[in-house]
Amino acid sequence: MIQYDKLIFELSREERVGYSLPKSRFNDYSFNDLNEQFLRNEEPYLPEVSELDVLRHFTNISNKNFGIENGFYPLGSCTMKYNPKINEEIASLRGFRRIHPLQPASTVQGALKVYYELQRILSEVSGLHEFTLNSYAGAHGELVGLMIIKKYHQSRQDFKRNKIIIPDSAHGTNPASVVVCGMKVIEISSNKRGRVDLQSLKEAVEGRDDIAGMMLTNPNTLGIFEDDICEITKVIHEAGGLMYYDGANLNALLGKVRPGDMGFDVMHINLHKTFSTPHGGGGPGSGPVGVTKELEPFLPNPRIKKLEDHYYIEENGDAIGRISSYYGNYLVSLRAYVYLLTLGKENIKLVGPYATLNANYIKNALKTAYQLPIDGNCMHEVVFNGLINKDTDIKTLDIAKRLLDYGMHAPTIYFPLLFPQAIMIEPTETESLQTIDAFINIMHKIAIEAKEDPDKLKDAPTKTPIRRTDEVFAAKEMIFSYKDYLTYTEEREQ
Amino acid sequence: MFKYFPHTKADIEKMLKSLNISSIDELFNELPESVIYNSDYDIPSFMSEAELRSYFDQLNNQNKELTLFSGLGAYDHYQPAIIDAITSRQEFMTSYTPYQPEISQGTLQYIFEYQSMIQTLTGMDVSNASMYDGSTSTAEACFMAASISRKRSKLLISTTLNPNTIKVIETYLKFKGLEWDYVDSKNGVTDLKDMKSKLDKDIAGVVVQNPNFFGHIENYDGFSETLKENKSLFIMNADISTLGVLKTPFEQGADIACGECQSLGMPVAYGGPFLGYLATNKSYVRKMPGRICGYTHDLEGKRAFVLTLQAREQHIRRSKANSNICSNQSLMALFVTIYLSTMGKHGLKKVNELSYQGSHYLYDRLLKTGKFKDPFNQPFLKEFVLETTISHDLIQEALLENNIFGGYSLQSFGDEYENLVNFAVTEKRTKAEIDRLVEILEGLS
Repeated sequence: MIQYDKLIFELSREERVGYSLPKSRFNDYSFNDLNEQFLRNEEPYLPEVSELDVLRHFTNISNKNFGIENGFYPLGSCTMKYNPKINEEIASLRGFRRIHPLQPASTVQGALKVYYELQRILSEVSGLHEFTLNSYAGAHGELVGLMIIKKYHQSRQDFKRNKIIIPDSAHGTNPASVVVCGMKVIEISSNKRGRVDLQSLKEAVEGRDDIAGMMLTNPNTLGIFEDDICEITKVIHEAGGLMYYDGANLNALLGKVRPGDMGFDVMHINLHKTFSTPHGGGGPGSGPVGVTKELEPFLPNPRIKKLEDHYYIEENGDAIGRISSYYGNYLVSLRAYVYLLTLGKENIKLVGPYATLNANYIKNALKTAYQLPIDGNCMHEVVFNGLINKDTDIKTLDIAKRLLDYGMHAPTIYFPLLFPQAIMIEPTETESLQTIDAFINIMHKIAIEAKEDPDKLKDAPTKTPIRRTDEVFAAKEMIFSYKDYLTYTEEREQ
Repeated sequence: MFKYFPHTKADIEKMLKSLNISSIDELFNELPESVIYNSDYDIPSFMSEAELRSYFDQLNNQNKELTLFSGLGAYDHYQPAIIDAITSRQEFMTSYTPYQPEISQGTLQYIFEYQSMIQTLTGMDVSNASMYDGSTSTAEACFMAASISRKRSKLLISTTLNPNTIKVIETYLKFKGLEWDYVDSKNGVTDLKDMKSKLDKDIAGVVVQNPNFFGHIENYDGFSETLKENKSLFIMNADISTLGVLKTPFEQGADIACGECQSLGMPVAYGGPFLGYLATNKSYVRKMPGRICGYTHDLEGKRAFVLTLQAREQHIRRSKANSNICSNQSLMALFVTIYLSTMGKHGLKKVNELSYQGSHYLYDRLLKTGKFKDPFNQPFLKEFVLETTISHDLIQEALLENNIFGGYSLQSFGDEYENLVNFAVTEKRTKAEIDRLVEILEGLS
């Protein structure tokens, strides 16, 4: 049913229902007692469909999606590892799903323990003192971390520090978060080795007293380790700034390196990347923020603490404030905790090494056909700059789309921005040699097709539920709802 | 071997050989030795699946499932069984952000349907694809207003907003360098007169909540005209479920509608994941944060959906983006879409009617005990606050003994709410449960 193409609104038939609700029990009370001025004038346009209609509709459209269980998902920087089923089973337990966020601590001890213990494990594996799990996503974590940095300087009566240094290879969320936090970005360039240029960094901070800190992803978005990291942190610390670790690429380091030991003061972790919680088609993620002991008082409220065997909720006056309605994406935290206990201290050590082995194997096998801009070992992901053979007019986009025809997800493309034809491949540790070999074979096949039968790539994909889309039309017509759609089709018919 | 790592010895050897190295450690040779962590992490040892189940059963049992008569932003509404059945499909749950439309039409289509439903419920022109929660969507709405007004840097916040939402807005505004002031309430609703007295040329927008923190349905006659005259935007936070029956933000003249969607099919789940919605007029769409899905076609003319107007977003505009949001709450938007598909306009109306009837029955019964009184006398829908002379601790304890959570003391939100307790009644509460609640409270003094 891959050709199914109905909108749920188009299945609607008056009077049909999909719900079952209790009978009215309090007939002395009528909704009509409410003054009419408070009620909406027009009924909302919602579908009237049966339960089976709803199931079939969503099952059919789900078949037009590609999930991790469909096949290889080498999206760089996204860490698309297997999302274990036991996580889901435990996140569906009634005792976690049916507790109200305002319930007294004595009635939610199990939930608080999950929060507290996960926080402890994250501290241990990252080498930072304490975490909040209240931040909803990676970018939210960045914002919270930057707020903590700003608050730290303010708490020392140092109000002029409002500049954050960011390498040009950084994720777009970094500079965006800086601006949302009311600070300014100083961008520094990468050197030929794809790393932070230490000289440029030194020059950037030279004689300045307004450096609040630096945001760094390590391994960086080229998938390579910033081997000058100890010097970098030294330069920033000596300039009076704090170091922020963007945890997007933490998967590479699990079991090998702890951000705290590299001198980072604040970091976020993407539970939906490193700790196996599902990406959900774009969310909910979770972006816990960890800090050093010195910064701990600034973590956002509410906080979960432990006294002997009792867990309790606390508000701290020094905190940056509140950044979420309650405790963040709680059920996502729960899933990550299950995952960490499944791994345990024995298996977690292998995550980074296996992920790194897989990426290097791919790098080595593909560098004869795809241009490798930075030589040397990579970490958990590898970035190519399109095909080596530049005689064709085949672009990275065409390669990505052709992969879809072969039943694999495309890598991340056109990021990082340093290379015009960037292809960023991250295999993760949950992929087998056999899957990876299959991917490598297909990539080589595509490289040959690019030369011998380029139309196959230009036309790709052809085996997917839809072909390439008209994005200019979408931006120009701005049809964002069924209402817009009806208006558009009516106008077209006239 | 471990179940999540498929690496056999032979595979590893083959891979190492191809790389001309003898151990995986060699891949980390370029790292400074001082940062390599050689010890074991001090974390628990691994658990088998059976051990995990029994461990989490224990934790599960340390959480008390209570009969909920509490609201304040998280409501115990009915969740149709098919929501879990559909949202747990791996095609939806494990997929990435739909940047490759050819293999993401499932996600993109439900986002389009979600946007359509938010559009019709709020009456606004356009909804985005979701925000983290009701409080952060309101904070982002404030940023939007400041950005639209260009030079204005101050927001007015009604004190009838949920104090948690106010706190989140304050955190966001404080760090961004924007200012704010509060609009006082009168009889438990936003005071128009006070708002007028605080309007000046620096006010980018005014934020209200309807139904408000006390559960009261506010009357916004005169608000939008006043704000238009002052060129300030009208930002309305509304529990989306109530918009099935209540006057829409659009009908009230709002410029931005925002708030919480938890009521539409999501469990209370200790506060998350929930979903914040954000909707506005088309003229402001380019100032909107977050992803937006639009209708288009593929090269064969087939109907298709794509993420669009991405030049507003961080991955394109970086420091010039409208917001830093990247991951949102997409799967929760699927909860909303399935819920609203199942309920339809009649079901949603009925949920509100049943909640209205139950809450008014409870309200009257509590007043009749003589131990509660309503200092406000404002219309309400599914939750309300009352004053009581009974100790709030005593209420909580007595109810907890009977596995009920209700009569939540608002004092924990601030001393200005002294004496007030909150009750919420959804369609799930039976007459027997309500009668039992009243019986317990009647016995207290």
